[in-house]
Amino acid sequence: MYLGEISGLKVGQATRDAFGDALKDLGDKHPEIVTVDGDVGNSTRTEVFAKAFPERGFNVGIAESNMVSVAGGLASTGHIPVVASFAAFLLCNAYDQIRMSIAFPGMNVKMVGTHAGISIGEDGPSQMGIEDVSLACSLPGVVVMVTADAVSTKAATAAMVEHDGPVYLRLGRPNVAEIYSEGDTFEIGKANTIREGDDVTIIANGLMVAGAVDAATKLAEEGISARVIDMHTVKPIDVDAIQKAARETGAIVVAEEHLAHGGLGSAVSMVVSQSTPVPMAYVNVGDCFAESGDPQGLLDKYGLTAEAIVEAVKKVK
Amino acid sequence: MAAQANALSIEELKEKGKVLRRLIIRMTTEAGSGHPSSSLSAVEVVNALWFGGFMKYDPQNPTWDARDRFILSKGHAVPVLYAAMAEAGYFSTDDVMTLRKLGSPFEGHPNMKRLPGIEASTGSLGQGLSLGIGQALGARLNKNGSNVFVVIGDGEMGEGQVWEALAAAEKYKLGNLTAIIDQNTYQQTGATKDVLDLGSFEEKIAAFGWHTQTIDGNCQKSVVEALEVASKVTDRPKAIISKTKKGFGILPVLEETGDLNYHGKPLSPELAEKALAFIA
Repeated sequence: MYLGEISGLKVGQATRDAFGDALKDLGDKHPEIVTVDGDVGNSTRTEVFAKAFPERGFNVGIAESNMVSVAGGLASTGHIPVVASFAAFLLCNAYDQIRMSIAFPGMNVKMVGTHAGISIGEDGPSQMGIEDVSLACSLPGVVVMVTADAVSTKAATAAMVEHDGPVYLRLGRPNVAEIYSEGDTFEIGKANTIREGDDVTIIANGLMVAGAVDAATKLAEEGISARVIDMHTVKPIDVDAIQKAARETGAIVVAEEHLAHGGLGSAVSMVVSQSTPVPMAYVNVGDCFAESGDPQGLLDKYGLTAEAIVEAVKKVK
Repeated sequence: MAAQANALSIEELKEKGKVLRRLIIRMTTEAGSGHPSSSLSAVEVVNALWFGGFMKYDPQNPTWDARDRFILSKGHAVPVLYAAMAEAGYFSTDDVMTLRKLGSPFEGHPNMKRLPGIEASTGSLGQGLSLGIGQALGARLNKNGSNVFVVIGDGEMGEGQVWEALAAAEKYKLGNLTAIIDQNTYQQTGATKDVLDLGSFEEKIAAFGWHTQTIDGNCQKSVVEALEVASKVTDRPKAIISKTKKGFGILPVLEETGDLNYHGKPLSPELAEKALAFIA
């Protein structure tokens, strides 16, 4: 069983693989793109770009602080650095460097955190970026994106390069279900409605979008019509889509592969509570560091499932 | 078009150094806060870079692509940079008297978003050399002959990121990158050798494969000569360990206070008058 299977979604590329391919494809059109790695380019897939453009790929070794500030310096000479590492090491290890070398001066750096969430699996909690969205959102002026599948990740990669300013893009390790088709629209800050529905809205991002689609499928069998929104941009968040969902469906469930605090749930609830208060429920990792295990087993154990979303819906409807 | 800074003679630089020192004291005393002593130790280095013919820049066009870059990694010493930039013509010496006041772009630490000509926002120690590597790599890609100069504090060398950067700069053989360690021997709570003694900077940095020199950093002639030597080394990164004294130029005045470190506080108006008179 994988997220999306209940709805018949096919498994596609991992988002990190889609990112690597997309970045390489953008290399010719954007000669200002450079990559800065902390020796995990073969995991983050920036290696795909660096092999195609060797003079534009820098591996500074296992030194995330230096890596991030080097990216800031490159940006100040007109380049578009893409600095990538595991989400845990990028955001947590080098947070001050991100703050001072990138966010504060508004450097045009694209930060990509891969292997986010508990679905990294067996390597265990030290490797799981589950607080990265919270940390990234706390930085003034930084766009924060969490993509659900390969097609939207390719679009997000192009969009972040076109965007003028710092961006954090969160990606995962495993192959994930295909939500989008080639040609679907993708715009930073504009949520995509994956399924229409009137009774409740499930707002999700990352691999939990597939879980939300599964939940909607199960709910439909019980006569509950659930809207599914892919909130791929956590900051700036799509206020209109949230308010519309609250008004039209009267209840919201937020599902994400992140800690309870400071992620998508926090961002959505801030909008809802200020303008369109409706009952809300949350599906997330909670307030813990998880453990080692197989990815699907972890998702099941920590409640990141279609069933958990269905239960959450029943709390608010 | 861009201007190459006219190289002043040693004697002219010494006079300019007095101007910078006076500005540093006046602006910090006016602000009622700041780090005059940390700024004063670096005057000869900053002076030589900006007015000794070692940096190319254009105050009329601060974003000129091929300009050289100056990064003050020890961002708390920013008064010395504001003073040099005022003298270079980026803004007036009256402007910098708004140091640290609400609404002023002359913030307590360098903020590149608010002040054109500032090349790096610093104030969290340890990041300047890494930013310099990024700029040196960027200049290499841009093929514009731009050089990068980074001034780092000796206390700041306690930051691990500096050592990450030393290794990376050597890897990329950044001959367009020069680091100057302002070794004024004091940091916030006391003598650097007591807080965290890192031993010989020259030995350690040389071991990373850098070209190194150790000089009397408050001797204007020594600084100029060291920068001349460094400018001829183009196949690897260069470091100048600049041995200085915190508060140099007004030491007898500071000694009256009984505080040899004198970190992070301005001179009182009375003390400032004494200091200005001493410099004159």
